Amino acid sequence: MLKILKYSIVDLLRSRWSYVYFAFYLLLGYVLLFLNNDINKAVITLMNIIIVLTPLIGTIFGVMYYYNSKEFTELLLAQPIKRSTIFIGQYLGISLSLTLSLLLGLGIPFVVYGLFKSAAIFDFSLLILVGAFLNFIFVALAFNIALSNENKIKGFGFAILMWLFLAVIYDGIFMISLMMFNEYPLDKFSLFATMLNPIDLSRILILLKLDISALLGYTGAVFKDFFGTNLGAILSLLVLCFWVAIPLLRINMKLKKKDF
Amino acid sequence: MKKSLNYFLVIFLFIVSNLQASTITVCASCEIKTIKDATLLAKQGDTIIVKKGLYKETKISFQNGIHIIGENYPTIDAENKQESVFSIKANNFSISGFNIKNVGMSYTKEIAAFFVSKSKNFVIQNNTIDNCFYAFILQRTRFGLLSNNKVYGNAKVEASSGNGFHLWKCDNMRIEKNVISGMRDGIYIEYSEHSHFSDNKSINNIRYGLHFMFSHYNEYHHNEFKGNGAGVAVMFSKHINMHHNTFHFNWGTASYGLLLKEIYDAEIVDNVFEQNTIGINIDGCNRINYKNNHFIRNGWALKFTGGCYTNIFEYNNFMHNAFDLSYNSRLNDNKFEANYWSEYTGYDIDKNGIGDVPFRPVKLFSYVVNKTPETLVLLRSLFVDIINFSEKVSPVFTPDDLMDVKPLMKPINPLTD
Repeated sequence: MLKILKYSIVDLLRSRWSYVYFAFYLLLGYVLLFLNNDINKAVITLMNIIIVLTPLIGTIFGVMYYYNSKEFTELLLAQPIKRSTIFIGQYLGISLSLTLSLLLGLGIPFVVYGLFKSAAIFDFSLLILVGAFLNFIFVALAFNIALSNENKIKGFGFAILMWLFLAVIYDGIFMISLMMFNEYPLDKFSLFATMLNPIDLSRILILLKLDISALLGYTGAVFKDFFGTNLGAILSLLVLCFWVAIPLLRINMKLKKKDF
Repeated sequence: MKKSLNYFLVIFLFIVSNLQASTITVCASCEIKTIKDATLLAKQGDTIIVKKGLYKETKISFQNGIHIIGENYPTIDAENKQESVFSIKANNFSISGFNIKNVGMSYTKEIAAFFVSKSKNFVIQNNTIDNCFYAFILQRTRFGLLSNNKVYGNAKVEASSGNGFHLWKCDNMRIEKNVISGMRDGIYIEYSEHSHFSDNKSINNIRYGLHFMFSHYNEYHHNEFKGNGAGVAVMFSKHINMHHNTFHFNWGTASYGLLLKEIYDAEIVDNVFEQNTIGINIDGCNRINYKNNHFIRNGWALKFTGGCYTNIFEYNNFMHNAFDLSYNSRLNDNKFEANYWSEYTGYDIDKNGIGDVPFRPVKLFSYVVNKTPETLVLLRSLFVDIINFSEKVSPVFTPDDLMDVKPLMKPINPLTD
């Protein structure tokens, strides 16, 4: 598996896209810090970007990589290697390279602007951690979709739809249901609903660390009581892990039955 | 003739005796060792000089106009007794230069470092009051000046703590340059009129930095209110004037920069509201002019929660607030004109500094949040940005008439920092 991981990382590094991705984050980090020198504020702006963009890029990258390397994968499948080894190797390769781009691309400018001396280092680490989780989650989801669809166009379509659903539509449904069931106590429901969507969960995790959390009022207090405790933190990390594990399990299941 | 001469003599002697006001010195090695003894001896117009040292006294009270001066800040330790340190009912007196500490706490009695009642023309200044229940209680006093006092409490809960300055039915008072922290309310004012509150710092009090009720015709300026449990609350008062105050860092789920309730005919000018959960919460307030205020990075800059009429907002800066404006009823004839909004994205073709497109300060999301506060958990999600944008392009839910028709392109008197 390590060999395949190595091959796919090298393959990705040879392709332009991971450099473009890295350069994008590098530029973004520098521009943000150039526009306002305050690391704290830059972290807030970054949150918006990471929460929207990392899932999107993870999804597209995952699907693209799967379809592009399909012939190579088929060649590998002819060898005496376990199917799961090949795909998990590829999956880890792509997720790790994306995470590396994120970490270095944002890390370098922030370190240059004195991250280690700033109080924002914990917020920043959380941000990177959440970004990494989102990468792993959405690449796994993308692989799932790609495995289930032989048709490239269909696969891309579904992948984009999945991203759109989790990033936008889910929140819309969430908001409408909150408005519809206004008369009922909704704090438990909103906690639950947030947990179910990795993007929402990441957003809330970061939001609660920022001073803007005071805005959230009563529901915010409920959230803070929950996520602020060790139990809540462990639970939310666990949920993020589940979000990685379950799609991976499904990939495995799918692999066993799939006729290549 | 002789009779009138006698009268004259009596008056003359009286004046002379008054003019020859004597000085009494109090210290550990002096003839008079306690401040209380000195006040018993002192006559109208006398001066008591208290040398540096530790005095364990409470209930120092007097009725005549004497001047008590602490030299090099002598300390009065009240040892948490159930009595006020100074309890005064006199005219024309002054007290200055003391360190007072450990004023006792009581659930039933009003215990203060300075308990002044029915007095006029007095000055209390340059004192430091540490670990106190109430610092100043003023009842029915007039023409008093309280300045340069420092009040530090260690209030934990509201029920067992007192206020820094507690004014009840006072008139023409001046409270200046004081520092108050760690009390319940920094400055509390009830039924008091024609008073000035300026250059005070009210910081980290557990309830309000400034709290007044039924107090008309007062002026508050150049004060700083920072990090108070619930910010500043002002209620049921007319003709107040608040200018050049700073309200900042009042973060918390129930915290306001400034809470206005039933305030009529006020002027709120040149204030700074920075990083409060709610900049100004406006409830049933009429005829208030808001001018040249800065609202910077608040959760809500303005939140209307009741029938408000004829309020005018002009030349204010609204910068980087999560919500500029929210309201839950009709906005009636309140006017927003010529403000600077950092969210404004319009253009100015004729270069006159006024945007050519009106600005609508109410976002769709703030409208939704007002209906269902729980939706706030969606703050900063992409969906919210999208609906805000689409609402901005073509307003459907947010009111048509609520807009700033002359939004400014550049901020007013930008703050230096």
